[in-house]
Amino acid sequence: MSAIGVDKNHESAVKHVTGKASYIDDITEAKGTLHIAVGQSPHARARIKSMNLDKVRSAQGVVDLVTADDVPGTIDVGPIYSGDLLLTNDIVEFMGQTIFAVAATTLDAAKRAVLLAEIEYEVETPITTIQQALEHQEFVLPTRQFRLGDAEQGLQSAPHRLSGEQTVRGQEHFYLEGQIAMAMPDEDGGMLIYSSTQHPTDIQKLVARVLDVDMHLIQVETRRMGGGFGGKESQAAPLGCLSALFALRTGQTVKYRMPRQDDMVQTGKRHDFWNRFDVGFDDKGELLGVKMELAGLCGCTADLSEGIVDRAMFHADNAYFLNQAQITGYRCKTNTVSNTAFRGFGGPKGMMMVESMMDDIARHLKLDPLDVRKSNLYAEGRDTTPYHQQVEQHIIGDLIEQLETSSDYRSRREAIQAYNAEQGQFRKGLAMTPVKFGISFTAIHLNQAGALVHIYTDGSILLSHGGTEMGQGLHTKICQVVANGFGVSLDRVQISASRTDKVPNTSPTAASSGTDLNGMAALDAVNQIRDRMIEFLSEHFETDAESITFGNDQVTVGNQTLSFNEAVSLSFMNRVQLSASGFYKTPDIHFDKEKGRGTPFYYFAHGAACSEVIVDTLTGEYRISRVDVLHDVGDSINPAIDIGQIEGGFVQGMGWLTTEELLWDDKGKLISNSPANYKIPTAYDVPDEFNVALYKEPNHKPTIYRSKAVGEPPLMLAISVWCALRDACASISGYEFNPQLNSPATPEQVYFAMQEAAAWKESSS
Amino acid sequence: MQLNINDQTILASDVEPTETVLSYLRRSGLTGTKEGCASGDCGACTIMVGRTHGGETQYHTINSCIAPISQYASHHIVTVEGLAEKNGNLNPVQQAMVDCHGSQCGFCTPGFVMSLTALSEDNSNLPTDSAQRLEKVREAISGNLCRCTGYRPILDAGLQALNSPAPGIKPPSRVPDPSTTDLPGGFYQPASIAELNAAIQQAPEARRIAGGTDLMLEVTQLYREFSGLIDLTQVPELLVLEENEAHLTIGAAVPYTQIEDFFSARSPQLVKLLHRLGSKQIRNSGSIGGNLANGSPIADMPPILMSWDTTLQVGNAEGRQRDISIMDFYRGYRDVDLNPDEYIVSVTIPIAAVNRYHRFYKNSKRIEDDISSVMGAFSFELDNQLIKTARIAYGGMAATPIRLIEVEETLIGQTITPDLIDAACDTASKLLTPMTDVRASAEYRKAMALQMLARALRESHGETFLDITEVALGAGS
Repeated sequence: MSAIGVDKNHESAVKHVTGKASYIDDITEAKGTLHIAVGQSPHARARIKSMNLDKVRSAQGVVDLVTADDVPGTIDVGPIYSGDLLLTNDIVEFMGQTIFAVAATTLDAAKRAVLLAEIEYEVETPITTIQQALEHQEFVLPTRQFRLGDAEQGLQSAPHRLSGEQTVRGQEHFYLEGQIAMAMPDEDGGMLIYSSTQHPTDIQKLVARVLDVDMHLIQVETRRMGGGFGGKESQAAPLGCLSALFALRTGQTVKYRMPRQDDMVQTGKRHDFWNRFDVGFDDKGELLGVKMELAGLCGCTADLSEGIVDRAMFHADNAYFLNQAQITGYRCKTNTVSNTAFRGFGGPKGMMMVESMMDDIARHLKLDPLDVRKSNLYAEGRDTTPYHQQVEQHIIGDLIEQLETSSDYRSRREAIQAYNAEQGQFRKGLAMTPVKFGISFTAIHLNQAGALVHIYTDGSILLSHGGTEMGQGLHTKICQVVANGFGVSLDRVQISASRTDKVPNTSPTAASSGTDLNGMAALDAVNQIRDRMIEFLSEHFETDAESITFGNDQVTVGNQTLSFNEAVSLSFMNRVQLSASGFYKTPDIHFDKEKGRGTPFYYFAHGAACSEVIVDTLTGEYRISRVDVLHDVGDSINPAIDIGQIEGGFVQGMGWLTTEELLWDDKGKLISNSPANYKIPTAYDVPDEFNVALYKEPNHKPTIYRSKAVGEPPLMLAISVWCALRDACASISGYEFNPQLNSPATPEQVYFAMQEAAAWKESSS
Repeated sequence: MQLNINDQTILASDVEPTETVLSYLRRSGLTGTKEGCASGDCGACTIMVGRTHGGETQYHTINSCIAPISQYASHHIVTVEGLAEKNGNLNPVQQAMVDCHGSQCGFCTPGFVMSLTALSEDNSNLPTDSAQRLEKVREAISGNLCRCTGYRPILDAGLQALNSPAPGIKPPSRVPDPSTTDLPGGFYQPASIAELNAAIQQAPEARRIAGGTDLMLEVTQLYREFSGLIDLTQVPELLVLEENEAHLTIGAAVPYTQIEDFFSARSPQLVKLLHRLGSKQIRNSGSIGGNLANGSPIADMPPILMSWDTTLQVGNAEGRQRDISIMDFYRGYRDVDLNPDEYIVSVTIPIAAVNRYHRFYKNSKRIEDDISSVMGAFSFELDNQLIKTARIAYGGMAATPIRLIEVEETLIGQTITPDLIDAACDTASKLLTPMTDVRASAEYRKAMALQMLARALRESHGETFLDITEVALGAGS
């Protein structure tokens, strides 16, 4: 079992540090390669009156130009629901929408050419905010509700009631490698498309539809992405489709690489949410009834917003038994770019509401927020979620107890209160928040995966699987699974690029599911080959199958030991098939969307974080002094990679809640449209002291080596930073008042929250 | 044009004057250097460049995405491909990045490797204290964004590499000689004021470039085509850093990193502020001349120079020079008193002004590498509690950098009291009408400008405040 549970380096680590890891833009361009730029709408909501593209067509370097009329097949490239047009026809629904595209000899020539378009618009007033959309009842999909018990009765009978609201802004993915695809036409009228995507099968499907050809003519390859985070799930499609369209028309290799600003303007982001709650509770802060309304800014189309708002609703309880609950999710339609998947997929937005609510209750009752949180955790007998799934594994209470001790929470709370009582220039804040995150795609059919494993006659192994590598270490982990399955050293296993002709009909690498699904599929393939070898070897050596074991690059057959190579060679000479495709589907999950009931999640991943901040009362500027994390990854396949996911997810979540301010103006223009005005964390911003530990408990479900998914859950540990900032602000009121702190909590937001707390203090004394 | 890349002499052809180092590297097959943003904000394109003087080659990092390749014909260009040994052995930084699990998606990794290699290359006055070492590592990667790791393993790798012997970038075996290379048509690299003037006369439409950290964005973001570029970075008069009995003179093309060194004893306040101006890569290229000539209302240096009574020396293509006070330089939004044939030669600061009590405060969403929401510069001369001279200047509060002379006048001859501070803030509040934009609201800008003024006055009166970058974090204590 040597390959599992150990800190193996990322399979590409040496290639990363030497610059040898190849991304799509690094592939040597074929002679005559063309480059795409697109003409974008300068209005958020308009009708195109007339369009003259003559100057574009005749511009230097331009080889081809397409508009909506030039698409041979389907123009809609929506992942599930329709509405996402490759090229819009006469209606413009967001600023930056693609109207036409050119292919030119260089990217610069293409970019300069598209500026020459002469298009007349009839401009209409855009809807740009959630509040406007709610007022006009503009939704991309119908509103849904989860109901558990009688929330109204719970509220009415409660001795205490509070209500509140919050704005939680979205987030730009800012993967370092921008969106890119390159299409190479072949002799059959088909294509090989290199795509930086989390979902090669979707690119294959959509390209086939756009070109009106069968899927078997289109193959998609993804070796690695320079970051994905959900942003390359559905958003990679237009790049693959347009490059394929031009490749078909010109017979040339065509590359579509979005410059950073186009990427920021034209591709979807994490949704803004506007959340409201009404809660009833008893003297100890135990919840009696909760009503929540979660409204997501979906942008102009559905894209993946059905599942995203669902997941916000699924996580509006976080780790707490809400008792009697009613949770409503709105999918607001606005004239902004269609928002999409982003690590957490709506979950973070629901959790923000309930964590803010917990703090409000605690300060209302003058209790420590941690005590209110602890008294509401799911436990035996208090284990039904608002969507009627039973929580089966109760480890969050113990996990919090452990972190409370290891982070020294109680004595630090006392010290911080004493520090703040001095009323100096700086204030400190402290918060501990849990995470309980449901694992499985809530679209049930996506919970399947395939893998392809070959052993060649020299004993070397080639692995392909349906997942994609975006930095998360998926390939490394699946190689470990395969090496372990055959009892061989890791360097014997080579990973291939993810390709639709190796493993077909794949699900996106998303929902933290990559290792769970593909690991089991790979293990299935390994087991098939092993079983065949065992069957043959037991016959050949006339021993029991039970006496045959694989390990240390050897196969032991009874008293005899063969090297792995000898066993492979012998099997081959005796016509044992040394290749297998594996398959896996997650058992036991189901969900009735209309009723809002079911068991959508195979299991939950847990964690908790304790964050301490220090805030400058003069400016609202702050730093994160210390963060302690304890996180549940089941039995870790690779602790170094899991800790990397936890730290990286935490810092990404911290950026979302602190400095990353995604802003549009009232005309629907994205004004945070470059890294000069959209600020993701730098090394200076990360917690000064950062202690991350893994909670030791195998998954209670039989997942791959009893591990748990780790991609998304840690992002939400960063909610503790936001709560700690609000705690520091509340300290100005003597912890009696809950200042409004919208997210992101920029220095400006923190400053005004402190001003509000100070004003309350003044008026109440 | 001859180039030296990773100690290989290369004859570069078909180079446009504005072609960037990054573009040239990537089309030459050196694709380890990445484009993340093409605006100098993410550091994925970071490379090292070295110039040889007196047999010694000194290296620093730049953002290759906004640096014209022609500007570096006389440098040794080192990319990530040039670091590992021929036998494949990794350099200490690369090895540390592998050991510490410092890469995930890997796209930013070459940039981090270059920044950390430059740090370990320049390990001459390395602190022994671990906290100070960590500061050095953070500073080295201040212009490198990573979206995957959360930086902790990269910081660990940086510290680990500092404990190894320096990676020892080998100086180029053949030192590039700018005088023998043919620069591409349209790219002028004058080596004297006379040559500069001649170039301007010959190519009056050509844009003048020093660090290019702002100008080149017109090329990479707006796809503008310039008829030519005139490189100011080899003109000796524009590179001076001088002190005489009364003045300090700073050449317009001197990069910030050198200004930091120049002011290390003269104004720790300026050095502290410069650490929040751009990133390490930007400070290695960017210059005061550029910060002034682009007319930006949110640039960090102009308020400082206003508070220091700075004079600009402006030259023209005819060879004439004139002096202009920085107070007369700004005419309107992005409009400065600089004729098309003129250029800034240097700025001159009275030593007496630098010696006055001064405080510079910057407010921005992110601590490192962010453009100011508000920049405040305050300079007071005190005589026995009486304010004799006062300078109050701001960036980010109006269409140009401004000084609040009306407020300054109310302070002269007064002693600092709470009432005086309140009155000054009241007056300032009436004068300031900032705008709301992506960086901050008008309300916050005003609040920050006023607290900066109050704080500067109180600090000059002996009170102590700390910046958020200075306060002891002391978790739980």
